[in-house]
Amino acid sequence: MKVLVTVKEVGEADDDFEIEGTDIAASDLEYDLNEWDDYAVEAGVQLAEAGIADEVVAVTIGPERAEETIRMALAKGADRAVRVWDDAFEGSFADVSSKVDVLEAVVDDEEPDLVLSGVQAADTAFGATGVALAERIGFEHAAVVNDLELDADAGVANVHRELEGGIEELTEVDLPAVLTVQTGLNEPRYASLRGIRQAQRKEIAATDLDDLGLAPADVESALTLTEMYEPESDSDAEIIEGDAGEAAGRLAEVLREKGVEA
Amino acid sequence: MSDVLVVSEHRRGELRDVSLELLTAGRELADALGGDLHVAVVAGDVDRFADELNRPGVDRIHAVENGEEFDHTVYAAAVETLVGEVDPTAVLAPNSVNGLDYAPAVAERLALPLVTDVLGFEYDADDGLTVTREMYGSKVETSVAVDGDRFCLTVRGGEFVPAEGVGDAEVASVDVEAPASGARVKGFEEVGGGDVDIADADVLVSVGRGIGEEENLELVEELADALDATLSSSRPIVDNGWLPKNRQVGQSGKVVTPDVYLAVGISGAVQHVAGMKGSETIVAINTDPNAPIFDIADYGIVGDLFDVVPELIAEFE
Repeated sequence: MKVLVTVKEVGEADDDFEIEGTDIAASDLEYDLNEWDDYAVEAGVQLAEAGIADEVVAVTIGPERAEETIRMALAKGADRAVRVWDDAFEGSFADVSSKVDVLEAVVDDEEPDLVLSGVQAADTAFGATGVALAERIGFEHAAVVNDLELDADAGVANVHRELEGGIEELTEVDLPAVLTVQTGLNEPRYASLRGIRQAQRKEIAATDLDDLGLAPADVESALTLTEMYEPESDSDAEIIEGDAGEAAGRLAEVLREKGVEA
Repeated sequence: MSDVLVVSEHRRGELRDVSLELLTAGRELADALGGDLHVAVVAGDVDRFADELNRPGVDRIHAVENGEEFDHTVYAAAVETLVGEVDPTAVLAPNSVNGLDYAPAVAERLALPLVTDVLGFEYDADDGLTVTREMYGSKVETSVAVDGDRFCLTVRGGEFVPAEGVGDAEVASVDVEAPASGARVKGFEEVGGGDVDIADADVLVSVGRGIGEEENLELVEELADALDATLSSSRPIVDNGWLPKNRQVGQSGKVVTPDVYLAVGISGAVQHVAGMKGSETIVAINTDPNAPIFDIADYGIVGDLFDVVPELIAEFE
């Protein structure tokens, strides 16, 4: 079986950051592999190690800068990667449907049996691409999976979906399927030195819309980011000042007033 | 057209709070659009849920009897059918785990622009719809303009007040034929049982990502001992396997309301806050003065937990 893992390089804002136009200044962002996708990659690699998956392919929509991050997925054991980018994406706020346009074309090329996708991207947090992709390509799906056992012979994935409030739904999902992976599904490995060396030789196929048989008009977004701002803090917390000792002393008084005692 | 269709949510026999919040959001949007508010209730005891959803401002409730529990195939088919009947401008679903299991599929199927995790919106006839949502882990808010005559929104829980009172909506039963589901629910499991119930604790010392390494947990364990408190945590600590699931506070963990909640190295993501905002007194220790945890804290120390916590332990020894 072939596993396609969708991955994304995301920026995490520093504690202090500036907003330039409708985004955080690039210099105030630390780029890394999206946390949810790290778990999705690990799930794919574990399926390969268990002899269930023959090939694990990572796909990303991202600029050239993202290659370094995508290579981390290769260092952790994905076999190769496809990186889709096009001028059409520059400065645009891609909606779910345009991401699905791209991923559908990649699925047509790659013909996976299972697509693993992070529940959401840490930056935009739409949490919708995996399920929308499943609808488009006619796969079954399950959102927010935190436990996965694949029965390739029976053609099903037995999953737990993590509902709110400490309840998990136990669901049997027919393959082919798209599963959106929740953090905690597994323990993502650190890339080994050997893995990092091997990743240098693995292929990251740079692909544009034309290569996928798409035109810029196909991925036109229905959404425009018109404004970005820091939310007004409605904090009425009493901030305890002073060095650590003074602050701890004052806090101890507060805690005792509230009934805390050793 | 110009109507709003709200899709309610229930689980294991209970209407979920977000359903009543969606009625408020849906009514606001319907007023802006100049249309009616329709509400869908799908599966389970639809008559009882329809009663509960019948609040002022609701014009029509569509009851779809089909199965007991959530099944995304049934929900998607029901929404598709009702969109065909009602012809709404907007479909509103909860931004819940189940909402995100069918709303993106429905939006895709019906070619509706989709905006998820919506905190608020404004509509006017000239500019269309503008939605407020967060990005970068709640560090910023954004305005997003939606280009389209119709759209689908998933609305975050806790952002709109629940609708109250008794309404006079018509309740109509709707037959929906759904194909056999390729995702079959086999049951439910409650997680987070075990030796300790953090929901019972009067004082919680709760640890988050700021603790850095597993071996540093000792420090907060010591603090919990010194304060005669129970140790809990935010999600990353449990994801890392450093504490068991029964210690997790938040949307997917436990909801706690202790007398004192001491958040140590917790930034206060919305999913975490959902599980502890009802605490009597909230104290936060965090290095980042902009961390959202300070928005709901009663007392805060902006500082390094590795400096403050040892001093605090000393105060109680």
